[in-house]
Amino acid sequence: MKNEMSRIVRTVTTLIYGFIIVYGFYVIAHGHLTPGGGFQGGAIAASAFALLVVTYGDQGVKDFLKKDILSLVESTGLVLFIAFAFFGLGVTFFYNFMANSGGLFGNSAIIGINPGDLNTGGTIPIMNIAVGLEVLAALGVIILTMSAGSKNTKKKENS
Amino acid sequence: MIGNFPYVAVAILIGLGFYTLIFKKNLIKIAIGITLIECGANLFLITLGYRKGSVAPIYTQAPEGMNMVLPTPQALTLTSIVIGVATTALILSIAMIIYKKYGTINTDEVRRLKE
Amino acid sequence: MSSILTHSPALVMALPLLAAFLTPVVGRFNRKILGWFISAILGLTLGITILMAIQILTNGSMIYVFGGGDAGLTLPSGYTVPIRIIFHIDGMGIFMGLITAVVSFLAAIYSLSFMQKESGLEKYYALLLLLATGMFGMEFTGDIFNFFVFLEIASISSVALIAFRSNFSGEPAEAGFKYMVVSSISALMVLFAIGLFYGQYDVLNMATIASVMQFTQLDKIALILLVTVLSMKAGSVPMHMWTPDAYSEAPAAITMVLVAASQASLYALFRVCFSLYNISLNTVTIGWIIIILGVLSMFIGVTMAIIQKDIKRLMAYHAISQTGYMLLGVGVGLAVLANPVALNSFGIKAMEGSIFHIMNHAMYKGLLFLTAGALFYRTGTRDLNKMGGLANNMFYTTIFFIIGAAAIAGIPPFNGFASKLMIYESVYKFNPLLSIIAMLVSILTLASFVKVFHSAFLGPKLEQYKKVQEVPKSMLFAMATLACIIVLFGLFPDVIVKNLVHPAVMALINQTNYTATILGGI
Repeated sequence: MKNEMSRIVRTVTTLIYGFIIVYGFYVIAHGHLTPGGGFQGGAIAASAFALLVVTYGDQGVKDFLKKDILSLVESTGLVLFIAFAFFGLGVTFFYNFMANSGGLFGNSAIIGINPGDLNTGGTIPIMNIAVGLEVLAALGVIILTMSAGSKNTKKKENS
Repeated sequence: MIGNFPYVAVAILIGLGFYTLIFKKNLIKIAIGITLIECGANLFLITLGYRKGSVAPIYTQAPEGMNMVLPTPQALTLTSIVIGVATTALILSIAMIIYKKYGTINTDEVRRLKE
Repeated sequence: MSSILTHSPALVMALPLLAAFLTPVVGRFNRKILGWFISAILGLTLGITILMAIQILTNGSMIYVFGGGDAGLTLPSGYTVPIRIIFHIDGMGIFMGLITAVVSFLAAIYSLSFMQKESGLEKYYALLLLLATGMFGMEFTGDIFNFFVFLEIASISSVALIAFRSNFSGEPAEAGFKYMVVSSISALMVLFAIGLFYGQYDVLNMATIASVMQFTQLDKIALILLVTVLSMKAGSVPMHMWTPDAYSEAPAAITMVLVAASQASLYALFRVCFSLYNISLNTVTIGWIIIILGVLSMFIGVTMAIIQKDIKRLMAYHAISQTGYMLLGVGVGLAVLANPVALNSFGIKAMEGSIFHIMNHAMYKGLLFLTAGALFYRTGTRDLNKMGGLANNMFYTTIFFIIGAAAIAGIPPFNGFASKLMIYESVYKFNPLLSIIAMLVSILTLASFVKVFHSAFLGPKLEQYKKVQEVPKSMLFAMATLACIIVLFGLFPDVIVKNLVHPAVMALINQTNYTATILGGI
């Protein structure tokens, strides 16, 4: 038995999960301008993973979501975050050395009502992206592990 | 008066949380109790920063002359929510391990470490 | 060199954090060097901590502002308030930081052989490093919300470490669940208290809160919450139910770190009472509450320890009982805080005794837990009734156990005697009865450890332990280092008290100094 849900759920999931992930990345990338940020966006993207796991069962997604790759992404996010904190050590730890420098994310922010410039914020957008990667991968690992574990407990309940 | 309702809700949430922790025997319900206390504490922080009739603290979208809600408690609450996710995930996984090993999640039967 | 010193507060906290995040990557390439990598990082951290300690003890407190040079924000009205996260390290903070650094470094060394056979080592080491980060953060931070974050980091990683060995049995998970519930409640109540402070004073910096403290009704509620939950996390008696389970089920090296982690909560309790409130609170009442908690912990801990059969559980109950000594001495100091004559005649000495006891306890209790781990490593059991005659096979472990047991029982040439003597003398002037109880508890401790020594080490060689050998070198190294520290502290207590403990006590008592360091700097 493949432990899948009905055709309706599967179709809707297939249609929608891409959009959820894209929306998650939107929230991550705009973290320094609008409400949201790394954690929120990562959680949204990971909810798409949860949807997939619920719909297809953890066997059905095992080619799509791999725990190994997810843990690698998780470590990458974490190392990226702490590395940018260390790069600020010229002044202090966590110093925002890229803000207002004119380079990547280096424009200075405009005060007043405006649509917002994505190219501001210095290290903050980079850290948002790092946190976003970390959270989506970590929550993905948690979801996969728990669904694998819950199968084990279900077996026990039935016996 | 109506401004104090959130504080009443905080008291109710934390009270319910402690009630669940003390009187319920199910490990999952204990996890729910902790989450309730956490919600109470978060609501308390958010309420502290709220001012009636003010706007969300986003500098690119705030109209001139309006007061903003205090953003610091919101940042604190976000941090505590993030920590809460980790706590809940950990506590539920430990409950799963206990169920796997003991075959029950009733606290009366999960008592091998008693002396 | 000087830039390392300038950034040392951040480095001590961030190096273990960086290593924790790198651990899965390193573990993927080469599992063999993983343990050495972690030990090297923690050794480096220890080195930086010692440098920082020398700097602080010669030049006074250190402040480190995260994310920018300027701590504060001056409003157009001229109102200045610290808005950034500040690490504020004074004599007391660095004293605790040294304990954390030594203990976590030795735990990594000990784990090299002790955990060799276990699976999932990357996660084990990453969690150990995160626990160290959390403890350093709790001890160094000057920001009360930041304290909450580090408290949660330390509790989550210690829970995962307690439940680490649950592939074979459910008990570690059970102990982990208990500790998780206790620590989540404590952390949430700390958060609630932070809300109470923030709602009244609009600041999160501890020194600034201390300088504007009014001691209103809400502050009293916050004080009660903080004292209750922090003494719960420190493992004092009415809320001690998690301690024996957690200490006995965690791997031995982790138990040693857990002792230091509960002492970090103890430190936070003292910080709240002395630096945050100081004499604005009713010191006699709170002082007596802490004294009563201490006496109860001492007595109930030791009486429960006598009847235990599991060696680590027995030691865990002794840990509760020793926590009582620390609470007793500091409680006496707090009770006479508003009375300068009494404070100078015995209050400071009582506090010196118990602060010194914190370090001594971390060392000898760590050593005892490591010897228990060594016994478990070779015999595979923690049950005292099943052991026997191990002195024949494990010569060095026996020596180290004798040193640790003598230190905890307060026998003269070792460090436990030095600090306990200071507590007895000074507490006797405050209230003779308390001092007598403390001595009685010490005798019961000795009795209990004589029993352990007799049933585990003495007697004829048992058939099933014929082939038991001495433990590997890395475990011996960790135990030997602790034993050396114990003997040295016992032989030269005056040097340590004068150079390390006295500045720590003065940092606690002198609240104006604490607030002036931050408020003068912005």
